Amino acid sequence: MLRIRNLESGYGTLRVLKGVSMHVNPGEIVTIIGANGSGKSTLLATVSGILRPAAGEILFGGDSISGLPAEKTVHRGCALVPEGRQIFGTMTVKENLILGAYPARKKLGRDGIKAGLERIYGYFPKLKEREGQLGGTLSGGEQQMLAIGRALMSGPRLLMLDEPSTGLAPIIVKAIFRIISRLRDEGNTILLVEQNARAALAVADRGYVIETGQIILEGSSGELLNNNDVQRAYLGKDYKSISE
Amino acid sequence: MAFEQVLQYILSGVTNGSIYAIVAIGFNIVYNTTGIINFAQGEFLMLGGMTAISLSQFMPLPLAILFAVIITSLAGAMIDFVFIRRLRNPSVLMMIIVTIGLSIVIREMALHIWDEKVRSLPYFTGSEVTSISILGAYISPQVLWVLGVCGLMVLLLGLFFRYTATGRSMRACSSNKTAAGLCGINTGNMVTISFMLSAAMGALAGCVISPITQTQYDSGTSLAIKGFTVAILGGMGNSTGAVVGGLLIGMLESFSISVLPMAYKDAISLAILILILFIRPSGLFGSREESALKEF
Ligand SMILES: Nc1ncnc2c1ncn2[C@@H]1O[C@H](COP(=O)(O)OP(=O)(O)OP(=O)(O)O)[C@@H](O)[C@H]1O
Ligand SMILES: [Mg+2]
Repeated sequence: MLRIRNLESGYGTLRVLKGVSMHVNPGEIVTIIGANGSGKSTLLATVSGILRPAAGEILFGGDSISGLPAEKTVHRGCALVPEGRQIFGTMTVKENLILGAYPARKKLGRDGIKAGLERIYGYFPKLKEREGQLGGTLSGGEQQMLAIGRALMSGPRLLMLDEPSTGLAPIIVKAIFRIISRLRDEGNTILLVEQNARAALAVADRGYVIETGQIILEGSSGELLNNNDVQRAYLGKDYKSISE
Repeated sequence: MAFEQVLQYILSGVTNGSIYAIVAIGFNIVYNTTGIINFAQGEFLMLGGMTAISLSQFMPLPLAILFAVIITSLAGAMIDFVFIRRLRNPSVLMMIIVTIGLSIVIREMALHIWDEKVRSLPYFTGSEVTSISILGAYISPQVLWVLGVCGLMVLLLGLFFRYTATGRSMRACSSNKTAAGLCGINTGNMVTISFMLSAAMGALAGCVISPITQTQYDSGTSLAIKGFTVAILGGMGNSTGAVVGGLLIGMLESFSISVLPMAYKDAISLAILILILFIRPSGLFGSREESALKEF
């Protein structure tokens, strides 16, 4: 579905990604874990077309999407739920969702968009209650649900999530991850960036570990969960508990 | 004050008020897409009026107005293509300063194209002496044209922004540009459309008011100041607010003449502008909630 080779990208002269290679197969949840500033958001921003890559290749469904601007990338079926949610704060919940269907509005038509809304309200009943409320006045958790719902409205082939759990109460985090595994069970393909490595590896099929712009480790979720370095650096276990 | 006199003041207030409202609505269109205030908006009215006046010598009035609207709207598109689009990562402040510069350039260009003479379009129906009597007060039929065009614009724009995919996308661009891109909206094109639309509306307004207010190379400036005041008073981006704000200011101005010397007429709207900015920056109709979520 998604294949990235030797991707280099950054901001101005600052090179953040230094040759990243990875792939996502159809129907998988793949997670990328890494510390603050390791380049996770930069990677997703480059794939989604917000940033232009300096070098390397991004193939989506076999076609190159390197350097394609964001509005065209989403038309191909590659949707991003960005870091910090980025919802339309001055527009209602319903309008936010309808805008999410913009790339597919011709294909879906009026009825398709209505069905899409109902589908999202099925995942997040809270959003239905808040339908007419301005997006900016929602709670953090509701905003995250709205951001995910908006990205799903276009019926993307690949859904990329950038730290959906940031700043949310544990119970909300749980709810969000439950939706993520439900989406996978329904056949969606998901690329999940997380700092919450434990939760991410619990739902993911495979994972990559990124450090200062390079992939240093990859494997199935089980392998990564049992890897000593991962346990120490990202799962908060110290030497003693590992050796026990 | 005699009843007829009060009525006369009200009617003149309503007339000027709806003119200000139309200018304010032009500000709102660009603001609703880009979050910027296009200070060249007044110049669109002037360009529309002047172009129609020149064209009306070669063709019937409706055709001249149609072409003036099209030409001005192309000028609006050009402003976006040549200037706004070229700015890299423009800040809101930067774009506002560019539009102030543009308003000066357009005014000077108009002076070279047309000279400094005052002109006007003929009255759409009747002439300057035709008048309709309403309960003893007299108004020109052109006033009804102004009111009708203003009302129609407000109605159509309201529907456009709320219910069409393009209108909604334009609002999305002003709310969050990155997110709009991620939703597949070509933000650059939306900005172009908003400049074209506000230029077209401005040009049409410039034509309708020309018989009453007359048109000159610099007649856009004072209109822009009034329109800006009204837009702020009504709440930036709010069309209904623009109409109510316009009528309010128009009325205040027209009644002020009966108590204050004529020269203070313009000072009134500026005083109001300063007052609103102090007391209620979100305007009469802008929701405080919403303006707290806006960057500017
Ligand atoms: N807009 C920007 N301009 C310049 N440098 C940036 C910008 N955004 C991020 N960076 C830098 O790029 C590096 C990687 O940032 P990135 O946002 O990709 O990290 P991240 O892995 O997503 O971190 P976090 O977990 O905190 O979200 C950091 O060193 C950061 O300072
Ligand atoms: Mg990040």
